[in-house]
Amino acid sequence: MSEPLLQVRGLTKRYGTRLACADVSFDIDPGEVLAIVGESGSGKSTLLSLVATELAPDAGTVSYRMRDDVLRDLAGLSEAERRALMRTDWGFVRQDAAQGLRMTVSAGGNVGERLMGLGERHYGRIRGQALDWLGRVEIAADRIDDPPTRFSGGMRQRLQIARNLVTGPRLVLMDEPTSGLDVSVQARLLDLIRRLSAELGLAVIIVTHDLAVARLLSHRIMVMRAGRVIETGLTDRVLDDPEHAYTQLLVSSVLVA
Amino acid sequence: MSATGTHELFPSPLRGGGRGGGGAEGTTEPRSAPPPPPAPPRKGEERGRTPSEAGYNFAYLDEGTKRMIRRAILKAIAVPGYQVPFASREMPMPYGWGTGGVQVTAAVLGRADVLKVIDQGADDTTNAVSIRRFFARTSGVATTTRTTEATIIQTRHRIPETPLREGQILVYQVPIPEPLRFLEPRETETRQLHALAEYGSMHVKLYEDISRHGHIATTYAYPVEVAGRYVMDPSPTPKFDNPKMDHSPALQLFGAGRERRIYAVPPYTSVRSLDFEDHPFRVQRFEHPCALCGAEGVYLDEMLLDDAGRRMFVCSDTDHCEGRRADGHVGTGEAV
Repeated sequence: MSEPLLQVRGLTKRYGTRLACADVSFDIDPGEVLAIVGESGSGKSTLLSLVATELAPDAGTVSYRMRDDVLRDLAGLSEAERRALMRTDWGFVRQDAAQGLRMTVSAGGNVGERLMGLGERHYGRIRGQALDWLGRVEIAADRIDDPPTRFSGGMRQRLQIARNLVTGPRLVLMDEPTSGLDVSVQARLLDLIRRLSAELGLAVIIVTHDLAVARLLSHRIMVMRAGRVIETGLTDRVLDDPEHAYTQLLVSSVLVA
Repeated sequence: MSATGTHELFPSPLRGGGRGGGGAEGTTEPRSAPPPPPAPPRKGEERGRTPSEAGYNFAYLDEGTKRMIRRAILKAIAVPGYQVPFASREMPMPYGWGTGGVQVTAAVLGRADVLKVIDQGADDTTNAVSIRRFFARTSGVATTTRTTEATIIQTRHRIPETPLREGQILVYQVPIPEPLRFLEPRETETRQLHALAEYGSMHVKLYEDISRHGHIATTYAYPVEVAGRYVMDPSPTPKFDNPKMDHSPALQLFGAGRERRIYAVPPYTSVRSLDFEDHPFRVQRFEHPCALCGAEGVYLDEMLLDDAGRRMFVCSDTDHCEGRRADGHVGTGEAV
């Protein structure tokens, strides 16, 4: 029986009197893809920020199984340990690529930054790895010296993925990675995420409002509304046979082309 | 007690045993040490003492301010390469003209010091002349253009070619003290990065250089790691001078007036220029020797001679060049 990679217990966050996230608990196993769905303002992104320890929770814990196989509470880590974890064993793909990339630095520099942060001091090897990863996210090798400002939206997202995966993380958080992209570009990006996460055995938490994205990528789904998890289960079960009235509404409001 | 007498109550804490010409440590006795033997005046520079300007404290700043700056300097020396915030004062010159360096110099200047000021290696440029006159007028200390005679050297870019010795203080005027500013505009974040010694992003800058130019094209403000801990910006100093910072016998102080930071490299401290294993740090080389004194292995300035594009390469360090010529060294004197 596999031990959970990430264990979230009773996460609660208030903005003033408004409840953004109420008593959320879940586990993620290694290699598992969890989709968090819900409408805008349902607390999905707050939950992701709490998990990433970018926000401090009012209550609750986030524990992660470190490389030494010990489950540790992230709040108990020192700032240096926490940051080291975030840039080696974790990845965070943002909705807005400008937040996740250095827009003035070339694609190669973006991919290489985490390696340099880990102490790699050999230019040739850094560049080799950057080229390898650009290839894996289907960015042409001759774009390695272009800054992301010259990339299309889809390319920026793929570059973000390469930048995050270069250190071989085990958990990647994704905040609406496909929103704002047109449908064909979305499809290609989803294919890529699905392929890479399967190949590398990545655990992924993906926040999305798009049920199609959730169905394509995730093993499990968590439905959020007004800061609470109202339904959770295997993706096919939740989408094909929703129990909660709100989930039924959500599933039935998807347009069918 | 006169204003200058007040100064003696606060002897410079930086006055090391190696400094010549100073009085006993911590004494309040008036210093009777004679100034260094006068050298023949050069370039019309006035040597010797002139009474300081009436109405001003010794070296312009009041004693309270000097103490505040000295405390910052002591902290900076204790933590090599760490940027210590200080309450930078308005100085009678614009930001960017060396307000930080001037405040540091004023705080460490003592009555027996001999001051040299250089701008781009030259003693006779506007900035150097103004600052030297400023201190001659406000403190009456002796000034010089000779590196070997100076006890305090304020510089805008260059480190003199003549090797510095123990007891000398080199004061740098710094415009932007933060080496991480290129990649991180937030001050709160850069402090955090320094605290955690997260310097990976410094190499991103060097990586970008190599990917664009095929080699590390940063030629000034080349980042260094001080004493194996803090990454520091030597500021507009050409990277040619970076190796001179390493294990220098002189005390090196850096003052940034607008950014309100002081940092320091104590004597005999390791200063390592960042690089890649396969693109090691290298200083620039010049194809020609100095056209005036024939010196090689020194930093040269390119001088345009006419509108036909004839150029001449001469020593950037004017004192070094003049000294060599006085010793009989002659260059080709020709344009290239």
